[in-house]
Amino acid sequence: MASLIGKSVKRVEDKRFITGKGKYTDDIVLPRMSYAVIVRSPFAHAKIKNVDTSKALAHPGVVAIFTGKDIADSGIGGVPCGWQVDFKNGDTMKEPPHPLLVADKARYAGDGVAVVIATDQATAKDAAELVVVDYDPLGVIVDAAKAVEEGAAQVHDEAPSNMCFDWELGNPKAEVDAAIEASHHVTTLEFVNQRLVANAIEPRCAIGDYDPSTEKYTLYTSTQNPHLIRLLMCAFVLGIPEHKVRVVSYDVGGGFGSKIFHYAEEALMTWCAKQLERPVKWTAERSESFKTDAHGRDHVTKAEMGFDAEGNIIALRVNTFANLGAYLSTFAPCVPTYLHGTLLQGLYTTPKINVDVTGVFTNTTPVDAYRGAGRPEATYLLERLLDTAALEMNVDPAKLRLQNFIPPFDGVNQEGYMTQVALQYDSGDYHTVLEKALEMVGYEDFRKEQEAAREEGRLLGIGFSTYIEACGIAPSAVVGALGARAGLYESSQVRIQPTGKVSVYTGSHSHGQGHETTFAQVVADKFGIALEDVEIVHGDSEAVAFGMGTYGSRSLAVGGSAIVKSIEKVLEKGAKIAAHKLEASPEDLEYAGGQWTVKGTDKSIAFGDVALTAYVPHDYPEGLEPGLDFSSFYDPANFTYPYGAHIAIVEIDRETGVVTLQRFIAVDDVGNVINPMIVDGQIHGGLAQGIGQALYEGVIYDESGQLANGSYMDYTMPRADDLPNFEIDRTVTPCPHNPLGVKGCGEAGAIGSTPAVVNAVMDALRPFGIKHVEMPCTPERVWNAMNS
Amino acid sequence: MGIAIRVTVNGNEHSHEVDPRTLLVYYLRETLRLTGTHVGCDTSSCGACVVLVDGTAVKSCTMLAVQADGCSVTTIEGMSNNGDLHPLQESFRDEHGLQCGFCTPGMIMSAADLLMKNPDPSEEEIREGLEGNLCRCTGYHNIIKSIRLAAEKLNA
Amino acid sequence: MIPSKFKYQKAGSVADAIRLLSETDGEAKLLAGGHSLLPSMKLRLSEPDALIDISKLEELKSIRKDGNTLVIGAGCTHHAIATSSLVEGHMSMISQAGHMIGDPHVRNVGTIGGSLAHADPAADWPALMLAANAVIVVRGPGGERQINAGDFFKSLFFTALNDNEIITEIRIAAPPHGAHSAYAKFHSPASRYAIVGCAAFLQLDGLNCLSARIAFTGASSTPFRDTGVENALVGKAINEESIHEAAQLAAEGVQMMTDHFASEKYRRNLARVYAKKAIRAAAGL
Repeated sequence: MASLIGKSVKRVEDKRFITGKGKYTDDIVLPRMSYAVIVRSPFAHAKIKNVDTSKALAHPGVVAIFTGKDIADSGIGGVPCGWQVDFKNGDTMKEPPHPLLVADKARYAGDGVAVVIATDQATAKDAAELVVVDYDPLGVIVDAAKAVEEGAAQVHDEAPSNMCFDWELGNPKAEVDAAIEASHHVTTLEFVNQRLVANAIEPRCAIGDYDPSTEKYTLYTSTQNPHLIRLLMCAFVLGIPEHKVRVVSYDVGGGFGSKIFHYAEEALMTWCAKQLERPVKWTAERSESFKTDAHGRDHVTKAEMGFDAEGNIIALRVNTFANLGAYLSTFAPCVPTYLHGTLLQGLYTTPKINVDVTGVFTNTTPVDAYRGAGRPEATYLLERLLDTAALEMNVDPAKLRLQNFIPPFDGVNQEGYMTQVALQYDSGDYHTVLEKALEMVGYEDFRKEQEAAREEGRLLGIGFSTYIEACGIAPSAVVGALGARAGLYESSQVRIQPTGKVSVYTGSHSHGQGHETTFAQVVADKFGIALEDVEIVHGDSEAVAFGMGTYGSRSLAVGGSAIVKSIEKVLEKGAKIAAHKLEASPEDLEYAGGQWTVKGTDKSIAFGDVALTAYVPHDYPEGLEPGLDFSSFYDPANFTYPYGAHIAIVEIDRETGVVTLQRFIAVDDVGNVINPMIVDGQIHGGLAQGIGQALYEGVIYDESGQLANGSYMDYTMPRADDLPNFEIDRTVTPCPHNPLGVKGCGEAGAIGSTPAVVNAVMDALRPFGIKHVEMPCTPERVWNAMNS
Repeated sequence: MGIAIRVTVNGNEHSHEVDPRTLLVYYLRETLRLTGTHVGCDTSSCGACVVLVDGTAVKSCTMLAVQADGCSVTTIEGMSNNGDLHPLQESFRDEHGLQCGFCTPGMIMSAADLLMKNPDPSEEEIREGLEGNLCRCTGYHNIIKSIRLAAEKLNA
Repeated sequence: MIPSKFKYQKAGSVADAIRLLSETDGEAKLLAGGHSLLPSMKLRLSEPDALIDISKLEELKSIRKDGNTLVIGAGCTHHAIATSSLVEGHMSMISQAGHMIGDPHVRNVGTIGGSLAHADPAADWPALMLAANAVIVVRGPGGERQINAGDFFKSLFFTALNDNEIITEIRIAAPPHGAHSAYAKFHSPASRYAIVGCAAFLQLDGLNCLSARIAFTGASSTPFRDTGVENALVGKAINEESIHEAAQLAAEGVQMMTDHFASEKYRRNLARVYAKKAIRAAAGL
């Protein structure tokens, strides 16, 4: 049988999606189900003086109403944070409580104040309008940098100056200051990496259910992370026994990070179901998603890069204010620190780096990981500096990068590269991706075309971005030392059925990534059996023993590796059974093409026959347990480090400032590739989101903390006619430390693309002598830059 | 106060009394339990809810169920015929035109209307024809290819 | 996402709709294509007591010629108008605009009458009505009224239509010999509504401009005819220079709207650019 690895196998999960048979959480209807609508604060910061539910309770069809006071009185906990980043002086980060519903004070527009439950959705909605809340509005702070200033509104009494933590990483500040001071040229940029909304097209949904006869809870929820939700909800919020809780997340309509986190609504629906002894469903409306799904990015940064006279980077100094929003979401403190500061080496040999990050609370929606999480911020910072420096020093931006790249290393014959910011890169050949991208774009020809266009008054620009990311998250001991409150291994179970069919249970979770296909390819290939004989099961804590979920481009690198471990155990035991049946010793057997063969003979036994023997062990090795079913946990040895080079070509309309993305070239190295079709699709999607950040997207809060563009009428999502066809290719540098040699591909597109596009805009604007335009580079911003 | 309606959905006739404020999408999802039609927004923007009403692509979140009285509605569940996939369904699979699958039914229904009006659309025409549908997973690249492939299949 | 409760009545005819409107004393809304009304009802920004459904009234759906006058039924969808050869032959900017409204689904269902009655300041049709010098025919208990487009749009979401009246048709007189027209639009990247839309109607003798009607939507809280631009064109030979000069006057003295997509200053620039584009396209340059 031909290898399935590296084949663009059509996705097995597609059939249900293209026929309308997907099972998303909102598709589930349970007997006696009731419907919840959450009354949310319209104010970004306000004291809650009184909540009058009497009229709403009297509304026909209302089942119950719970307020923040009910939640407080019940004694249950708040939403926990899964990562601790302490102050430089060693003080513990400020971690104010995050109640499921607030009783005394609302801290962002959208904070939950009460939940109205009725027999149907429309009634719940009507009744929610009858809840009268008496608010006393308070001063509001939305800007991260201003939050620490004297006189700024205080979000939490527990966090003076709105500071959650301050943190630094890298070489001692004094050394970096001295290196910057001694630089021949220093490029400085101050910019905002704007706030984004993940906008998975499926709005979040949670259904709580409780069976009093078994005292068992079930939570159906649109999450990337069912087991972690169960753990956090049981141990930290509701204090209910984990073995009595099942969390189910069948099909999920996109996550992009925003569905990693444990949300208040999940615990709230579970708790309400217990109070009412009937199922309770909450489905977000889009405007509610805009307000309550954790947002991404929102950094205010000053970055300085020092060069010597030859153009070598000699130092990098970074100061960032990271907006965490009103409360700490699950991974919030980790994103601007360990997923951002640690990536500031980029692909460069920069010998001195210091990064300083202050995490602050504001009266805004909580901020957490969004596709790329910290790494897009690091890449944007570095790559904007590189292109700006090239402009300032009048050198070619591609050459400047090639000159400063870390030399190639494979991580086997050469050691992994130790950065100044705590990571050891696994393997990489950074020159090749950029050279390949330059070839694809036809760089020299483009520069000629650009020159000719400029003479006609047309504004063409080219922008570069090279990036590296830390994926395959993550070695548990390492992240534990860095503040993670969980291990980041993954589990698997490979169960061979008596007939030789294979059921695989993975703790990874697919919400579009195609695990049911990619993982099955790995399993079918290793066993030498047909793809149809493998079934991948995920998303149900009752079926899958444990899991840490899908984010950080970790599924194949960590979850896939866990599966490989179980496969190896199956093959090892299978060999013992085969040897017994073939009257040979296991060492004399080889496994290929779905059968064990005695080396050098034609004596063989098929996989299916061994499986049957394992479950009908009549003629069986002595002392060997029946059955063929293994589980494993895989804890990665290191992060994986995908990298790549992206190039954008844009044209700007002089009269309107409209930026048209003409071409986008991406050359990525994600290590080995199991299914090229799926990997390409992941890259495409990431590119669209990264381009969206560069040109279209961005949350706007007004000074009173109101989300001014909280709908698709106001928040620009990239549409089909906004984007070009993508020109993508890849190189393959295997990861040396996991069994599949894979690095992860989910976030690459979103990390590399953003600065490439902005750099292209700046290159097009070169005749105007403009240094920087903030994202998104909207027509008005670009027009203003040209006309200022 | 319920209003009696009679609607043919995917060839099956249904009679129900509905609250007039019931949107067609909720009638399909909740009353008929045809959950392939999705709700992705509340501003008639995303297109996840697109169905064909009397052969024309309509956002079913922006039509009352009572307005569908006497109409023939086709949802994603009605696109395949006795288990044979519609060429659009096949092509979305062949060209990896979907990832999470949530926008997919609306994309396919919109594409069906597009191909009825323009059986041989250029890439640019397809991109413009999808102006009313949002996808967050694919970057649209493979959706465009899927619709082109379906057009070729349908024209063959 | 779920509208507030309302009473639903289906009108069997225009006369029936007028009767129902009168009975509800202005508390009812007409439901035509519903693509302005239902979105605002879903967000509960609009909570009418009753809806009178006129979406199925065939008498409102014809596109025909009455002598030399083009008559578009108020219930015609944007798509029907965009694809009508009668419309295309009569005045091409109307067809062009029909293709640019919203997205394909909006065009499939949304109607011209609904759009005009709603009077969204960023809707496309109002600019076209002004530039076409259209007559909006409305009917009420007292009979029929013909309202010139110039008198129809009063202010933000407010028109000359009375609560108990219904728009029945739009009449566009035959354009004179030498008439040319075009519509150009800068859309919101998110909603696809017009940030600035400009409709240009020119009567040319060779390249000499005999008359002009230039109208904007999206720019201000009400659509408007721009007599400054018009006067600058009339009597001139239409060329790049005269177009540029005229377009520089666009929206002069007009209070521009401002939002996070376009400040007043930038909108004014767009008005100039889109005036130029529309005039250029109309003149075939």
